[in-house]
Amino acid sequence: MTLNRRDGNPVVKAFIYFVCIVLAILSLFPFVVMVVNSTRSTFEIQQHAVSLIPSSHLMDNFKVFEGKPFNPWRGFLNSLIVAVGATALTVYFSTLTAYALVAYTWKGRDAFFTFILCVMMIPAQVTAIGFYQFMYRIHMTNNLLALILPAIYAPGSVFFMRQFMLASLPLELLDSARIDGSKEFNTFNKIALPIMKPAMATQGIFCFVSTWNNLFIPSILLTKDELKTMPIMVSLLKGDIYKTEYGAIYLGLTLTVLPLFIVYFTLSKYIIAGVALGGVKG
Amino acid sequence: MNSTLVKKHGFSYAKYGYLFSIPFFIAFLVFNLYPTIYTIVLGFTDSKGLGNITFHILKDDPWKNFRAVLNAPTFKTAVGNTFTLWIMNFIPQITLALILTAWFTSRRNQILGQGFFKVVFYMPNIITAASVAILFNALFGYPKGPVNDLLVNTGLRDSAFYFMNSPKATRWIVAFIQFWMWYGYTMIILISGVLGINPEIFEAAEIDGATDTQIFFQITLPNLRTILTYTLITSLIGGLSMYDIPKMLNNGNPNNATLTANMFIYNQAFQGSYMYARAAAASMIMFVIIAFFSAIVFFLMRDRKA
Repeated sequence: MTLNRRDGNPVVKAFIYFVCIVLAILSLFPFVVMVVNSTRSTFEIQQHAVSLIPSSHLMDNFKVFEGKPFNPWRGFLNSLIVAVGATALTVYFSTLTAYALVAYTWKGRDAFFTFILCVMMIPAQVTAIGFYQFMYRIHMTNNLLALILPAIYAPGSVFFMRQFMLASLPLELLDSARIDGSKEFNTFNKIALPIMKPAMATQGIFCFVSTWNNLFIPSILLTKDELKTMPIMVSLLKGDIYKTEYGAIYLGLTLTVLPLFIVYFTLSKYIIAGVALGGVKG
Repeated sequence: MNSTLVKKHGFSYAKYGYLFSIPFFIAFLVFNLYPTIYTIVLGFTDSKGLGNITFHILKDDPWKNFRAVLNAPTFKTAVGNTFTLWIMNFIPQITLALILTAWFTSRRNQILGQGFFKVVFYMPNIITAASVAILFNALFGYPKGPVNDLLVNTGLRDSAFYFMNSPKATRWIVAFIQFWMWYGYTMIILISGVLGINPEIFEAAEIDGATDTQIFFQITLPNLRTILTYTLITSLIGGLSMYDIPKMLNNGNPNNATLTANMFIYNQAFQGSYMYARAAAASMIMFVIIAFFSAIVFFLMRDRKA
């Protein structure tokens, strides 16, 4: 028994590292192929579909998009409008709703919270048909607001904010603000919101990413080309126009994925911590 | 005097609780409850046709749409596929996530670079599913494509394989993409669950000479019950709503092998004769199925000691 218990078995450890490295390659490889192939011509891709050496045809591939329905800038702008709008509404109103649940005692509060827990579980697609017909009736299809305004209602986010607020907002602070004559809504904006910043950042990132990636609801609501969001734009790459333009397809994909890569690798620390926190609520 | 202060305190501020909940509640009524009721009602009507918003309640035969959906062979195929695809991705996903959790939280084998591995394993999860599916369609291209190139060049196959023409292969690719996008997420959730277990329990087990395997099965797993239930239910709900990947990878083909329930609903409502009523009925049937299976999971995973 000379082996230090803390060191474990070196063979087991080597095996663990081997599996982890294989999985890491598996995660990265498709994206590496995508980025490299976006710089290669269709001919080069047909010769050798896998290469780690970039070529010089990035601009040629880009020219393929000119005058065609796939417009990455349009998609980027629409997605940005929807994602920023929805994120701002979700973060602000979820915090406000959580504040109503934490800072005040009122009749029906516990029932309201139980209700939030129940509706959290309902997938959005279940009501999609009714939502579409409703929006059609009030002429809100082909209107980005139809994708932004529903973000005020985000039960999962309210749940997260409430848990965070219970742990980090001292109610005495609100009492002393009242004594100083601060109005309730003002107290929320000036005192509660700054304390909630970390939770708002976490929820903000997740709301932004999931809104950005959403395909089902936007694809039934938006039929005009100039309103299409990034995931609908990217589906156009499957059309016949691009069938033989391999380089352009990879470039189009790279352009849709790039903003997410930038967000992810800048904020990965917070994102991973946020996912871990999300699990604790279970 | 003290009691009047308490009363005043409770009475005068309670209204702000209601007031600040109003935006959330109104948004719920308008964007969730109303569309839900609308969908339920539509299921009992003859609503169909693009741009047609008039419909009539089916008074003589209210369950007509529900019967039509339940009798449609494609709906049965779609529901069957949805479950098959979910199981094909969930079993490997939870297995790998549990193994990685055991490794990363092992107190004997301290694994370096965990932060890096977590970031890389989770990364596919945040990438647009539509883009991922189209990327995999390109990667599994035929006759020339990265995967076929690798298979032929390494001598694993003599000639290129037409993946998107094989029902089995396409299913496995859909299941693999789901697995690949979600195991990192599940792993992070499980790790945070293990970190929440009282460390004294592990120390006591180590002093008693328990092996890593014993610790994992007798301490870690039982303590993860709540989090495993949460993972199972969220994955079930997400899996039964699967749409983006099979839609963008191969549009449910070949031979409807990857047609999911949500794609069936979409196709009923927004293709062909725009049968909104039938799509609404199918949505409600799916909702009942999801609620039923979630309830079963809750029941099976409940804490029997309590």
